[in-house]
Amino acid sequence: MKTLVGKFESFTDLEQYRSALKDRAAGVDCVIRVCCGPGCIPKGASKVYEAFRQAAEEADDKTVSVVPKLTGCQGLCECGPIVTLDPGGIFYQHVQEGDVAEIWRESVLGSGVVDRLLHHDEKTGQAARTTEGVPFYQGHQRIALALCGVIDARSIDDYIAAGGYQALAKALGSMKPEEVLDEVYRSGLRGRGGGGFLTGRKWRSAREAHGEPKFVIANGDEGDPGAFMDRALMEGAPHAVIEGMIIGGYAIGSSNGYIYVRDEYPIAVQRLRDAVAKAREMGLLGENILGSGFSFDIRISRGGGAFVCGESTALMASLEGRVGEPRAKYVHTVEFGFRNKPSLLNNVETWANVPAIIGRGADWFAGIGTAKSKGTKVFSLVGKVKNTGLVEVPMGMTLRQIIYQIGGGIRGDRPFKAVQTGGPSGGCIPAAYLDEAVDFDRLTELGSMMGSGGMIVMDEDTCMVNIARYFLRFLKEESCGKCTPCREGIAQMLHILDEIVGGRGTSGDLERLQELAVLLEDTALCALGKTAANPVLSTVRYFRDEYQEHIENHRCPAKECRGLFRYQIDAAACTGCGVCRKKCPVEAITGKKKEPHLIDADKCTNCGTCFDVCRFAAVKKV
Amino acid sequence: MSQPQLGPPPTCQSPEHTCGVSVVHEIIERYGGNPEMLIPMMQDIQAAEGYLPREHLRTLGRELGVPLSRIYGVATFYAAFRLQPKGKHTITLCMGTVCYLKGADQISAVIQDEFQVKPGGTSPDRKFTFAPVNCLGACALAPVMVVDGEYFGGLSASSAVDILQKIASSKKPSEAVAKADAKQKTAAQKNGRGSQNP
Ligand SMILES: Cc1cc2nc3c(=O)[nH]c(=O)nc-3n(C[C@H](O)[C@H](O)[C@H](O)COP(=O)(O)O)c2cc1C
Ligand code: FES
Repeated sequence: MKTLVGKFESFTDLEQYRSALKDRAAGVDCVIRVCCGPGCIPKGASKVYEAFRQAAEEADDKTVSVVPKLTGCQGLCECGPIVTLDPGGIFYQHVQEGDVAEIWRESVLGSGVVDRLLHHDEKTGQAARTTEGVPFYQGHQRIALALCGVIDARSIDDYIAAGGYQALAKALGSMKPEEVLDEVYRSGLRGRGGGGFLTGRKWRSAREAHGEPKFVIANGDEGDPGAFMDRALMEGAPHAVIEGMIIGGYAIGSSNGYIYVRDEYPIAVQRLRDAVAKAREMGLLGENILGSGFSFDIRISRGGGAFVCGESTALMASLEGRVGEPRAKYVHTVEFGFRNKPSLLNNVETWANVPAIIGRGADWFAGIGTAKSKGTKVFSLVGKVKNTGLVEVPMGMTLRQIIYQIGGGIRGDRPFKAVQTGGPSGGCIPAAYLDEAVDFDRLTELGSMMGSGGMIVMDEDTCMVNIARYFLRFLKEESCGKCTPCREGIAQMLHILDEIVGGRGTSGDLERLQELAVLLEDTALCALGKTAANPVLSTVRYFRDEYQEHIENHRCPAKECRGLFRYQIDAAACTGCGVCRKKCPVEAITGKKKEPHLIDADKCTNCGTCFDVCRFAAVKKV
Repeated sequence: MSQPQLGPPPTCQSPEHTCGVSVVHEIIERYGGNPEMLIPMMQDIQAAEGYLPREHLRTLGRELGVPLSRIYGVATFYAAFRLQPKGKHTITLCMGTVCYLKGADQISAVIQDEFQVKPGGTSPDRKFTFAPVNCLGACALAPVMVVDGEYFGGLSASSAVDILQKIASSKKPSEAVAKADAKQKTAAQKNGRGSQNP
């Protein structure tokens, strides 16, 4: 094939290279995609990939060409490590290093499948041979993640072969900056980082802002706990973010890009660094990109583990090497942002949508989703759901479809209680709204928000007061302390919740919480403080009874808050094995061997050890 | 946020240089001496030394013309910076929502109790540094901790302590892991583990 020497100097260079790559791919007999995403790596996926790589290297039969690819998240993290094979689209789950030889024999050299590694339907036991046959994948539509899990995450060649940088060539080669801007505006794309601000409008403000140089920034801080969409994207398809940013730079007239990535994501940092270096080497970043005369470059900056740095003004302060404290937003960052210059900040998922919009057109994109929320949204579906995973679906899909159809329902088939969306600024949505369509505006109306896309499913064992307390504690830790309402207000709210959860709540607590919530919303400096009360407000709105049970009767209906319920041994289930008796730290359990045991309620400190150690589920919470 | 004291000066490894000066100089050069790159420089110092030694920060401030007070402000604002030396092993415990729902709080409590270590601190015997973080983005494994780059998912309070005790008493973490496996069998089958870097 034609090998690239030096840089692409024209659009034709890129296209020729692409077709050479495609020719080469056509000669491949088998592609093995080993998921090395956030969920699969910890389960040993790296070793699986290594084993396939070695097998391919050492294969005797050199006439069969096999290409193992290390990919980003393929979606069904619950069942990782995931390995998919083409041709045939075979889907294997829970693959371990030791399975590689068998897969190689059966599916790479032969045309069979290894049945025990296929996905089997929970109820019917029927095996799905391909990805399409797995219920989890029904209804997915991947735009931002289109190539995540498909291409080798480290390879720019794979990205180019799959059509990467085509949108960039189109924008630079045949569109004026205004036309690019128009296209993004008409697509209806809204920011995926939290607020859902209309991206085209933000771009326009940035273009019209006075001041040089202008900056283009990608927000990869992903601070919301329980969210890993951005991590998966940055690790699995880093070039999609980069390509989006170059197009954005062209549209607003900027040559300087920054990607701000969380320090807790070392693989994402590495992938982005490598991707930027590679793109620069090939002339897709740097001076005179593809001979168009347009220049743009990107720097990677690592965060320092502060949640507030995801906020636009704090992020820019952090980029400048300062403490990440936000400032008041009446001065917009699109006019005075990083280094006091016009700065366009978008979430990494927002950026990854841009090449698709330019490539396939605004009308195509606007045809997906709901009236005011266009396109798709990536969610990390986690918590008490059967299929934990990464989900990209069109806007407007119902919560029920996402949680039950894709997510497979609640673990242990227990009743659904609520789903938390929007991270610490979001809220909890109860079962009554399961059939609501998920889009920016509807979630806000329900007292939650889209946020960055965390979707945390909770069953009846989750106490809503306690979950509100969790988020407040999180925000208290993460409040930068610059403004008093946030610093003191959150602490006060948390104090009240601590009292309630500890069984020391008093009447009037709910009113006090609501009063503080209003105060925070009206007076806090940045959105961290302004929205801090949301988890409390939404749970009070939908689960007031539960708060009241805690306050008035000192009982936790979910039986989660220690001291607000008791442990009891179910005599019928107890086998008298004596484990709880031995483990009890305060010797509150008595009983003879092989006879039902008893907990002395006067001695019991409700530590829960007996509940944890009982192998017969004989210890009950009452 | 906690207010740690500036750490003790490091013991100098190199006979030619006073502590840290050459390290800091090299790092400053890496970023062309640009004070805006203060945070990356501090990250690099921490990567080289395991924490931010006092003398290094003094040198950094002097060379960049940035007051030490500002550097200290940055060091204490960002959770990733450490002003005290690290222990032999680092426990990164995920405190994200899903892990919390599945008992991360109790795990944190027993770790603190068992090894006499505070969040962000190091145990008196210098074996463990305990670093709870907001979210590791590995929700499929909740509750999850990472010890020296190795993931352990599907934890309970007792299995976490078991694993850590094995690591503390064995020379190589991987040996401890093999032993911990027996106990962890059910959880490991479902959730597995491996090393972080592909
Ligand atoms: C406390 C706080 C934390 C935030 N964290 C993030 C984050 O982690 N990632 C992100 O993209 N946006 C985050 N945002 C939103 C950003 O301020 C900003 O609105 C967003 O990055 C803009 O991009 P978008 O228009 O593409 O959504 C956060 C906002 C606040 C107030
Ligand atoms: S990380 Fe492999 S499927 Fe998500």
